Amino acid sequence: MIMFFRFKRTVKLGIKTLWMHKLRSTLTMLGIIFGVSSVIAMLAIGEGASRDAQERISRLGSRNIIIKTIKPQEESSVGQQQMLQEYGLTYDDAERFQNSIPNVRVIVPNRRLAQQAQYRTRRVSIEVIGTVPWYTDISTVRVKFGRFICSEDMHYKRGICIVDEKVVKELFGFDDPLGQNIKIATDYYRVVGIATEESEVTAAANNFEAKEQESAKKGGAKLGGVYIPLTTAKNRFGEMSLQISAGSSQTIERVELQEIIVQTKDVDLVLGTRQSVQSLLARFHKKNDYEIIVPLELMKQAKELQRIFTIVLGSIAAISLLVGGIGIMNIMLATVSERTREIGIRRALGARKIDIIRQFLAETLLLTFLGGILGMVIGLVIPYMVQYFTKMPTAITPNSLFLAFGISAIVGIAFGLYPAYRAANMDPIESLRHE
Amino acid sequence: MIQNAHQPNNDSNGRILEFENLCKSYWLGTTELPVLRNINVRINRGEYVAIMGPSGSGKSTLLNMIGCLDRPTSGKYFLGDKEVSKLDDNQLSLIRGKEIGFVFQSFNLISQLNIIENIEVPMFYQGVSEHNSNARAIELAKMVGLGERVRHKPTELSGGQQQRVAIARALSNDPLLILADEPTGNLDSKSGADILNILDKLHEQGKTLIVVTHDEQIAEHARRQIHLFDGQIALDKIN
Repeated sequence: MIMFFRFKRTVKLGIKTLWMHKLRSTLTMLGIIFGVSSVIAMLAIGEGASRDAQERISRLGSRNIIIKTIKPQEESSVGQQQMLQEYGLTYDDAERFQNSIPNVRVIVPNRRLAQQAQYRTRRVSIEVIGTVPWYTDISTVRVKFGRFICSEDMHYKRGICIVDEKVVKELFGFDDPLGQNIKIATDYYRVVGIATEESEVTAAANNFEAKEQESAKKGGAKLGGVYIPLTTAKNRFGEMSLQISAGSSQTIERVELQEIIVQTKDVDLVLGTRQSVQSLLARFHKKNDYEIIVPLELMKQAKELQRIFTIVLGSIAAISLLVGGIGIMNIMLATVSERTREIGIRRALGARKIDIIRQFLAETLLLTFLGGILGMVIGLVIPYMVQYFTKMPTAITPNSLFLAFGISAIVGIAFGLYPAYRAANMDPIESLRHE
Repeated sequence: MIQNAHQPNNDSNGRILEFENLCKSYWLGTTELPVLRNINVRINRGEYVAIMGPSGSGKSTLLNMIGCLDRPTSGKYFLGDKEVSKLDDNQLSLIRGKEIGFVFQSFNLISQLNIIENIEVPMFYQGVSEHNSNARAIELAKMVGLGERVRHKPTELSGGQQQRVAIARALSNDPLLILADEPTGNLDSKSGADILNILDKLHEQGKTLIVVTHDEQIAEHARRQIHLFDGQIALDKIN
């Protein structure tokens, strides 16, 4: 009980002393405030960025291997420009994957074309995705209303399409898209379904994804998607495209497939299958006209990157806390020597060394705790501002709060003890004489 | 007026303090510099003693010794029934707070505390509860005639008033002895006379007082004078 009241009075005395030197106390606290808030804010930004990356990657599917067509580097022999350029993934490739690679669960060949879609008088840029009925098995695309492509569509090369939510919003406004016809290039397609992209990551990220999509809408970066049967795409768009490049030279390009997605039976088989895919492609493709994307590897890289990011940001913030702590120690040492006489008086009036230590330690701890709390508040506000102004996702983790507060408490004790110890060990006779 | 005044001690005829062959030396490099040599003094309960002597006579050192701020090189120092020279720093601190009431030449009040809080400081370190110490501080402030100014800061008071606060503070733990070091040294003659009056009254109430001074007139107030010269007691007389 006595201990408690003493503690209370020591704290009261500390507050009083600090209040007398408001400016000095505030300036001293700033170091801790900035330190703590930067720890929290930096970790929140780092965490947000990594969740964002992991979210994007996980949407590609962790069991998938994605092979994309890329335009090969043009050979430096400029004079021999071919009129017809043939490159990229072929239906043969897809078949070879199907026949000769073990552990493949399913293969999805895709065509992807940038087009304009028209509904009544409205026109928007879209991406046409020519695909197969089982596309929904390997992606996070789900049908919300209506249906997806079926095998009859493939067989009869029907002119139907499934539009995603972005297209619905941009092209149809408040109209019901189901059963309507939209015009892409020269042909009409009947809308039979509405697709939505569903996140693989769970509830916590759902909220986050909503924000992310919101910001994407504002930025308008991603094109809306229209899914049509692969056979229809082959039939209606052909495989040739005319490219007009600089110097008004024209080339015709022939590309069969823009993308093949291979899904393995198990996550553990992904890396082995990647090897098989690579060697198979290397045998049949003379030009370097493809790239292999393994979301699982990307995920690992992203996690590793996140770890490094956290360490770097964390240590920068920790250094700023350290600097803040040194600032506190500096001020407390100055305070101790300034209050030498007071210390002498207190010693003469019966204060033990431990009493003096308590008094000065209480002041330092008050400064760091108050600074820590203010820093936490600011540290919680900064990520929101960053998110608001830069559209960069952030995520505050409870761990970062504990970490920041713990560090500020440790800083307070570590940097408060020495000045307090110095104060307690001054000779009372000398301190009483001190002017 | 003061509560709990000490009853005469049965033991050793009310001895408050006693020095036995007390010596104190300082070291300047390898040279020993004796400051106090073979001091033998005994002061009893209720005495009013003036310690006098020119500067360099060892007055201040003796004062520090009596006030338990310093330890003798050799010899014994009894305060009440305790032998102080054997105590460690913690115990010395507690004894200073409990048994000695300091009154300094330059008042030595703590400037950020108000009068009540200043008077409470020694009680705080003795673990007196806030409620009790506050009541006693108010009572003591009234006694020294500052009852209506208790919330003022020391800087808002005159020198004489500050010294009265210091006396109230010295009395707060009801110590064995009041130890005053040139209590009127920084005061004008009228305030000084006031302070001496208060000390006289305390003496009448049975307090034990030791005043260190070089002023003959102040020493006249005391009932006993001890003169120091060159670290030794040159004269010990009853007025």
